[in-house]
Amino acid sequence: MALKTETFLVNAGPQHPSTHGVFRMRFILDGEVIQDVEPVFGYLHRGIEKLAEGLTYSQDMVFTDRLDYLASMTNNQAYAVAVEKLAGIQVPERAEYLRVIMAELMRISSHLMGVGFLTNDIGAFLTPLLYMYREREKILDLFDMVCGQRLTYNYMRIGGVSQDIPEEFLPALKKFTDTLPRFIEEYEQLLATNEILLVRTKNVGILTKEAAINYSTAGPVLRASGVKWDIRKAEPYSVYNRFNFEIPTATKGDVYDRYRIKIEEMKQSIIIIKQAMEQLPQGEIQAKVPKVLRPPKGEAYGRIEGPKGELGFYLVSDGATNPYRLHIRPPSLLNLTPLRELVIGVKIADAMAIFGSIDICMGEVDR
Amino acid sequence: MTVELQATEVAAKLEAAFPGCTIESSGNTIVIKDEFALKAATFLKNAAGLDFNYLNFLTATDYQTYFEVIYDLVSLEHNHKLVLKIKLNNREKPELASVTGVWKGADFQEREIFDLFGINFTGHPNLKRIFLWEGFQGYPLRKDFKQ
Repeated sequence: MALKTETFLVNAGPQHPSTHGVFRMRFILDGEVIQDVEPVFGYLHRGIEKLAEGLTYSQDMVFTDRLDYLASMTNNQAYAVAVEKLAGIQVPERAEYLRVIMAELMRISSHLMGVGFLTNDIGAFLTPLLYMYREREKILDLFDMVCGQRLTYNYMRIGGVSQDIPEEFLPALKKFTDTLPRFIEEYEQLLATNEILLVRTKNVGILTKEAAINYSTAGPVLRASGVKWDIRKAEPYSVYNRFNFEIPTATKGDVYDRYRIKIEEMKQSIIIIKQAMEQLPQGEIQAKVPKVLRPPKGEAYGRIEGPKGELGFYLVSDGATNPYRLHIRPPSLLNLTPLRELVIGVKIADAMAIFGSIDICMGEVDR
Repeated sequence: MTVELQATEVAAKLEAAFPGCTIESSGNTIVIKDEFALKAATFLKNAAGLDFNYLNFLTATDYQTYFEVIYDLVSLEHNHKLVLKIKLNNREKPELASVTGVWKGADFQEREIFDLFGINFTGHPNLKRIFLWEGFQGYPLRKDFKQ
């Protein structure tokens, strides 16, 4: 007797298919193998691009914190860079250095979460993640010290930063940068050669170089596929051209490579922070910006290398106090574009590993 | 450092391939006629020396009398960039050819424009609302949208 087989539909989400936010995937399965997937977005859509049109340029800064809420500092920075470009504002040198320090701390924090949640997704529930939280907590303490906030900082402002660092900040930062390499070493010992992790991540979810470019992916996803592309080098903004650092790349573009890239980038971030601490000049931290900013008519696109990839703000001004149009280039959404191609034909458990390795934040995907 | 290509030079190459396709070009921005969207995209991606292999972002703006669709193009090879714009005058039924066949990265972004501006991308494999729900009335990023 021939057995009858049929495909079936499995709904993952919308409440936390893993822990990256409210995202839903509709899988069509043949046994355990995925035949098709439809990602469903929008559960966190707040219409930030529309809201921005009704608020002034400085009020919009607050909304940027709520995009990728694991990397609020860099969101602030990208928006500030775009407005400064539009209005032709020159940022004081000290503010630029402070921005670099905060942005690189944010990158480390975001990557820690990226790696931690990846291990969560492949079944190492919470233990490795809590180790990552231990270091992230120290970064949050540093941010708390400079701006009194732990999640939505609103620290970078148009033309500079909101306040200078307190006396105790630099010693605390030095202690942090001195100890972090040792903790990264510890993660390496626990993870990098862990057999379970290797089996679950090596040769899984391979994104070729050509596909990575064609799908407009950015950041660690693009670099893991072998493209040496980083806005900090390609179009140095702020004072990044004054630091010596490398852009880590990998060759294969599998889940393991995307994980490795994040670890290597954390090491590079420490190198940048150390140089920035040495070079940190004295001086103003805020340029003279009118209380009600009216940038001249025109448009500008400002971009930075966020932890998850190129984060950019496209602004159109009609000369009024509010932006006429604000568009966010969301690295999280664009990095999800190849998801369907990556998961078709793999087992459902691997789909979670692939999804985790892309490292997204739904606040930025849905906006 | 990323080089902003001179739009007039690129426009001359485009004109040579498709006479009459450009409307204006200045700075780093070329405005082309909407019927040439797909041809120009394919040309810019493949032409030697241009090699715009990376669609950085794709979005639209409502200027009340017309829609403007903006393609921010980058060549990762040469590290140069160019802005391609298309104006859509038909507000009732705005339509444009999809470039998903050229850059797959356009997939979600075209869906987003369709969702929030109501611009129809012909040839898109799965054109439906991405953030708002099916049955939502109107297109929020249009300037005449009333809640």
